[in-house]
Amino acid sequence: MYVAVKGGERAIGNAHAWLAEERRGDTAVAELSVAQIREQLTLAVNRVMAEGSLYDRDLAALAIKQARGDLIEAIFLIRAYRTTLPRLGASIPVDTAAMACDRRISATFKDLPGGQVLGPTFDYTHRLLDFKLAAEGAVPEAPLRAAESGPVPHVAGFLNREGLIEEAPQDDTPPPDLTREPLAMPADRALRLQALARADEGFTLGMAYSTQRGYARTHAFVGELRIGTVAVEMDIPELGFAIEIGEITLTECETVNQFKGSKTEPPQFTRGYGLVFGQTERKAISMALVDRALRWQELGEDDQGAPAQDAEFVLYHGDNIQATGFLEHIKLPHYVDFQSELELVRKLRREAGADAAKEAVQ
Amino acid sequence: MIDDADPNAPRKAWMGLLARAPAERLAALLDARGPRPAMTWLRTPELGSVMVRGRAGGTGAPFNLGEMTVTRCALRLPCGTVGHAYVQGRDKAKAEAAAIVDALMQTGAAEAVRRAILDPLAQEDAGRREARAARAAATKVDFFTVVRGED
Repeated sequence: MYVAVKGGERAIGNAHAWLAEERRGDTAVAELSVAQIREQLTLAVNRVMAEGSLYDRDLAALAIKQARGDLIEAIFLIRAYRTTLPRLGASIPVDTAAMACDRRISATFKDLPGGQVLGPTFDYTHRLLDFKLAAEGAVPEAPLRAAESGPVPHVAGFLNREGLIEEAPQDDTPPPDLTREPLAMPADRALRLQALARADEGFTLGMAYSTQRGYARTHAFVGELRIGTVAVEMDIPELGFAIEIGEITLTECETVNQFKGSKTEPPQFTRGYGLVFGQTERKAISMALVDRALRWQELGEDDQGAPAQDAEFVLYHGDNIQATGFLEHIKLPHYVDFQSELELVRKLRREAGADAAKEAVQ
Repeated sequence: MIDDADPNAPRKAWMGLLARAPAERLAALLDARGPRPAMTWLRTPELGSVMVRGRAGGTGAPFNLGEMTVTRCALRLPCGTVGHAYVQGRDKAKAEAAAIVDALMQTGAAEAVRRAILDPLAQEDAGRREARAARAAATKVDFFTVVRGED
């Protein structure tokens, strides 16, 4: 039962005022600008865009400032803002083969067309705190080298040529959209990929890790990981043709997984796929592993009862805004609910007490 | 990439360039030509979102990846030419400038507008891409085999 309770307006107003003051912190320290967050906390901005499911770097930076760095709160703000925007349409699917890659690596092939390009990565850093960053100073310029202009083909394409890997033939079925129709089971792969692309990074990482540790092991290799910019094109009805409306940074991960074959398919490699807004490689790799684990039915694999094979479990619990909304609501007033529980426990105790007294008499 | 067979290719190319252009730079180049042309709104700048799609496995069935913010508008010059803009982000002034340039590019002023606005934007856009590509190329691994001692 829900009962409206009045009162608390003054306390709430004062709490908000104090929150604003705490957000600002010590006024002797310069205030952070949204542009500083956008440019210098880029990976936080990317995570908020990915899980907020809205690509807008300025808005994500503003949300991080408003949320005092609480990224789930920032994602919540972006999701709420997103619902106020009219939907102008859907893009033509982005062509990741045409990506201008900042980074492109393969753990399966050393020498591949386009090469192994490390990009601005934390890999190979020593993970030692760099106290030079505590002092302000100029950054040395990154070295340049003449870039080869040639296509950077997907690694899966090489294996395809030998028929060693399952194909992903083009198909133009309009995909379901969980922002328009509530998520329902069974969820096809398009719906699962949409849910995973916006799922919580920590949850997705945990699920992916569980498959590596043996809960529905899929023997994943990172066939390819690429980060870079792609053009977004959309058909414009008033023009009668498609134009480029902007450019976004994406992280794409394709895993190559072992597959023993089934009654209808010879042994070959199978694929898991991750695609996420921004430079977000931990999330993209995790997404690819979880995508692959969720494909067990389609590939005729055994249900091992592993959490990562359970689409309902993964998809309904991976959304951090739904999760935190339900989790955090229990701290809000439940006075009446609790009153009834209290009454029940008192009644049970009275009855138990009466029974005990009876037994004592006997 | 301009496709010669497509009659809309030139317009696609300049609309894409305008969508990617930094807002302040576009406004500065447009205003450096002199006063902006008179125009009437067909659709005042409107903020919205576009659902970005990807494909499973990069090549397979499409799925909804997430949305991006987009601003669109349409306007008409006194000569009747209509300019459209669909540009990433929430900058209404940028959408207006892009639609004006789109309209002007369909008039007799096209060549002058190309030289004054599109050419510098294209050059700067290519410069930004090359600078990034060169940084990436510098991080490309050159494998070599360490020679082992022979018995």
